[in-house]
Amino acid sequence: MRGSGRRLWALWLVPGYAFLYLPLALAVPLSFNDSRLVTRWTGFSWRWYGTLWQDAVLIDAALLSFRIAVLSATMALALGTLAGLALARFGRFRGRGAFVAGLSASLVMPDVVAGLMLLLLFVTLEQITGWPAGRGTLTVTLAHASLSVAYVAAVVQARLAEMPLDLEEAAADLYAPPAAVFLRVTAPLLAPALLSGWLLAFTLSLDDVVVASFTSGPGASTLPMVVFSQLRLGPTPEINALATVVIGAVTFALAAGGVLRRYGRRRHVMPGERST
Amino acid sequence: MRRLAILLPAAWLLATVLAPLVILATIATATPSDGVPPYAPLLDWSGGGLPRVTASADAWQLLVADGYYLRALLFSLRIAAISALGCLLVGYPLALAITRAPAGWRAPLLLLALLPFWTGFLLRINAWIGLLKEDGWVSAALHAAGLLPPGRALLYTDAAMYLGIIHAYLPFAVLPIYARLSRLDPALAEAAADLGATPLRSFLTVTLPLSMPGVWAGLALVFIPAVGEYVIPELLGGPQAQTIGRVIWQEFFANRDWPQASAVALVLVALLVLPAALVQRAR
Repeated sequence: MRGSGRRLWALWLVPGYAFLYLPLALAVPLSFNDSRLVTRWTGFSWRWYGTLWQDAVLIDAALLSFRIAVLSATMALALGTLAGLALARFGRFRGRGAFVAGLSASLVMPDVVAGLMLLLLFVTLEQITGWPAGRGTLTVTLAHASLSVAYVAAVVQARLAEMPLDLEEAAADLYAPPAAVFLRVTAPLLAPALLSGWLLAFTLSLDDVVVASFTSGPGASTLPMVVFSQLRLGPTPEINALATVVIGAVTFALAAGGVLRRYGRRRHVMPGERST
Repeated sequence: MRRLAILLPAAWLLATVLAPLVILATIATATPSDGVPPYAPLLDWSGGGLPRVTASADAWQLLVADGYYLRALLFSLRIAAISALGCLLVGYPLALAITRAPAGWRAPLLLLALLPFWTGFLLRINAWIGLLKEDGWVSAALHAAGLLPPGRALLYTDAAMYLGIIHAYLPFAVLPIYARLSRLDPALAEAAADLGATPLRSFLTVTLPLSMPGVWAGLALVFIPAVGEYVIPELLGGPQAQTIGRVIWQEFFANRDWPQASAVALVLVALLVLPAALVQRAR
């Protein structure tokens, strides 16, 4: 009884993972389908990869999205780290309640509302100060940064909360100024949280169609905006090819990350320390 | 350093959360116009001397008088509730099964459950559209099983929309439930078994009650974003699936009625965002 019960876990996994991977399992083979229809197999072909490669609109949009994602994730990382630091390390400062309320408000703000609010902000700012002139790459970048700050802050705060204070206190006792304590002690210890916060912000930006649609302007269509307008007309094998490329890239990045981590762990074993 | 670390993000929050909320509330009382931007300024200085206030309650009157907005809101709340339950029903067994796997398997299995999240939301929707179309594989399988009348597609129905939402939000339910389950002491379930409880009984009286905080967190993490969901109802649901997110989008993009869109958005803020912010603040 116990033995069979212990092995049942594998059976329970099947329906869940089947559901999760059903669309991906369909997209990959169908991207090699010769047919224009995404429902009938007519033969193996690379033609949709050729179409994808020559689709200047899609490629320009992908490059733009990539740039916006890198920039906005970096901004969100800087601001979100400061916010997480303030929440986890500075005790009960004045205005902390409002600070927490602001962060959690932006965490639960529906995309449609956030997009509308940020657009109205940019329009009003332009009316009053003349900046930002019109909507485009800059406004989408700022909007995406503002979506992600709260996520980065949450990740950083969670990591700081479980990190013991003694190393930072030791550095401060040895007269390291606060900035040096942060840069030379806290930041290296925080590195994994900083990386996952940045990646989260990067993914949120690359996946967002709603806020970008509100805050973008003519000539600045992001990749999700282009894909979204194509999906309204129906599914295409070209998007399946794009999905296959993305799945390949993510799998490669994960594998590379796994290898690097294993390699890094081996290198960081100190002399005299037991290797695990 | 300390002051900077508080002031910089605080200023950012003031500029990107509080200021836009004030602007949203202001424009919700403005009068629509044909200009760019399409609303009249609240203060009219043209008469010379003191400005004339041109606020209007039209958007709010329409919001209350026209059942369209209330219906969309209730529909969205129902969709979010059903989707959250669906994510729980699929996600709980998944999370539980991962905790029962051998220790070395758990991290890769969890990663595998989160991996689709990193592969592009719209790209997965594209695949779903292909599956749910009239001649798509899922619709075809349902035709063969006699569950769907021939000539009908699953695409552009509420069922398709639920499928899409549950698929997109499943990781948000799995993570908190797994986090909670993995922290439970296995000795508790073993003690229940030693005292003669069947696996089902030990699950119902020990594991499930202890995992409830994770269950509530998972439900909230799906429910809250699902209320405002726009893309999935738009692409997978039919035209009858009028969610509040779609209403705001249409008021803004199709009708160019910014005051009306702002008024509807404010209602959503009051219902979802304010309670969440106040709860967090109190903690």
